Amino acid sequence: MAVLSTERRRSSLSGWSGRSIIGVLLVVFILLFAVPIVWLLLAVTKSSKALVVDHPFSPGSWSALVANWHQLFDFQDGAVTTWIGNSALYAIGALVITLVVSIPAGYALALTEFKLRQALLVLTLVVMLIPSTALVLPIFLELNSVGLIGSPLSVILPMSFFPFGVYLTYIYFSTSIPRDILAAARIDGCSGLQVFTRVALPLAAPIVALVAFFSFVQNWNNFFLPFVMLPSSDGYPIQVGLTSLLASTPAFNPSSAGSDSVQLPTLALGTIVSILPVLIVFLFSQRFLVAGMTAGGTKE
Amino acid sequence: MTLAPSSDQLTVGPSQGRRSRRGGGKRAGSAFARSPISYVFVSPYALLTIVFGIIPSLYAVVLAFTDADGGFVGFDNFTKVIDDFRFWPAVFHVTIYLVIWLLGLVVFVVGLALMVHAIGVRWVSATLRFVYYLPGALAGASSVLLWLFVLDPTASPVSGLLSAMGFHSFVQVIQPGNLPAIFAIIAFWTGAGGWIIIMYGALNNISTEVIEAARIDGANAVQIALRIQLPMLRKWVAYMGVMSLAAGTQLFVEPQLLSQASNAVVPNDYSLNQLAYQYAFQQNDFNGAAAISLLLLVVALLLSWVFVTRGGLFEKE
Repeated sequence: MAVLSTERRRSSLSGWSGRSIIGVLLVVFILLFAVPIVWLLLAVTKSSKALVVDHPFSPGSWSALVANWHQLFDFQDGAVTTWIGNSALYAIGALVITLVVSIPAGYALALTEFKLRQALLVLTLVVMLIPSTALVLPIFLELNSVGLIGSPLSVILPMSFFPFGVYLTYIYFSTSIPRDILAAARIDGCSGLQVFTRVALPLAAPIVALVAFFSFVQNWNNFFLPFVMLPSSDGYPIQVGLTSLLASTPAFNPSSAGSDSVQLPTLALGTIVSILPVLIVFLFSQRFLVAGMTAGGTKE
Repeated sequence: MTLAPSSDQLTVGPSQGRRSRRGGGKRAGSAFARSPISYVFVSPYALLTIVFGIIPSLYAVVLAFTDADGGFVGFDNFTKVIDDFRFWPAVFHVTIYLVIWLLGLVVFVVGLALMVHAIGVRWVSATLRFVYYLPGALAGASSVLLWLFVLDPTASPVSGLLSAMGFHSFVQVIQPGNLPAIFAIIAFWTGAGGWIIIMYGALNNISTEVIEAARIDGANAVQIALRIQLPMLRKWVAYMGVMSLAAGTQLFVEPQLLSQASNAVVPNDYSLNQLAYQYAFQQNDFNGAAAISLLLLVVALLLSWVFVTRGGLFEKE
């Protein structure tokens, strides 16, 4: 109701010209955000000739899509499949470790007392706010000195260190679980471990989902870390594999014209394939995700 | 995508944690005090923090102050990288990019959030937010690749627009002077939606009574936006600015892919992180690489530290 009256007020005061300027701006930004994605979805259904000759927003054909699909997955004897497998291994491996490590840690930081608790909390905040790329080269130098470079662990372990997840869990446990419940459980004879496994953990489903989402998306999209850690193409995740596809695209790299070259629509398909898992997660968790991102903004 | 903890939580976090420890600590203290199991719960995380947070930072410090044989060399590595003819251009590139990107981010994110928030029809506003947010699914290499297509006049969906601006080939589009703007557009396209949603949430948080009161006093929508909503968004804008500044100094994947796609028309030492990468992998000079990484890490740490300790900025609602 308040919104409606504000609306009326504005229309009487700023007039239709103000409203139409706002309308135009909103539409311009819709175009900015949506046009590249719509174009990308159409591009993969065209042959490389049609991509250049036809209208940018004309649909292509099913057969062209199939042809592009085959070219993509035949690239370097199925390298794309390997890369997707690697991405899944790294993203899910790190996700599992993140959950196993972060949920108990967030719980302990929120609801128990131990030495250095405050220090660990501040450290978590500070590291959380550092861009994750800032530590990539230092971690590379460290892992290089112990000979771990090239191993899947060199990306899985650093990715499992996810202070943001610990922080989210900490906030969740300190705001949504009444201490009285836990105290009651202790009085009823639960051990410290049982309080966690029988009382706190069953209530933690929403935060597990939220941490899992953020961790998965960040791991899947991570570029710099695997780019630095994994020298061999066999170990690339799909995000880094895209650079190989790009390097074999004559349109962007004329020296690459050869038998194994990649055409533009195939590169576009590679782009879509590389984000498909994240896109699906986005589409299905939009409501819940938006709620999570704005939780602090809407709560007291 | 933007990994954005809400800053309300952020401030509630440490301060409330401390408060409840003091307040509730006594009551619940007997039930929880120093249960040894706590150490079991936190030790894996503490271990990861040490191995992938503290040790690499310290190791980078050691490397930055020593030479390849491990001898202490003082600030030699720093003077070496700073005197490198590629260093200041890289600083310059990143700075220009940051200025364009941050200005665009603040102006358009706040503007769009205010406009979307003013829309009375619920599904329209929800759809807009979703469309703005969707590009967040394309991060890193994927969004750069998509923009390579958009910027290549031969295939671009906006080739008409590009040629109207006088660009007829990919090489023309990616002239050095255009690069900061291009990187800013890519970063904006990918990340703005997340911030718009956060700002929108913050706007929802402003009590309707305040807005009503202003309206009754005769403020129109523009005045409400400028005098009430904008000042109340200030802390979020500051938060967005600090986070984006820290992230922006790390510029890597955009110039790296563009360099590859342009046959090195875009140099592969365009940004500071690329330069550090070149030191480590082309020159095998880990000490130099550590020096640059350390400079970047210090900037990020300072920003993060300022934000955490001067949370006062965020505590007064």
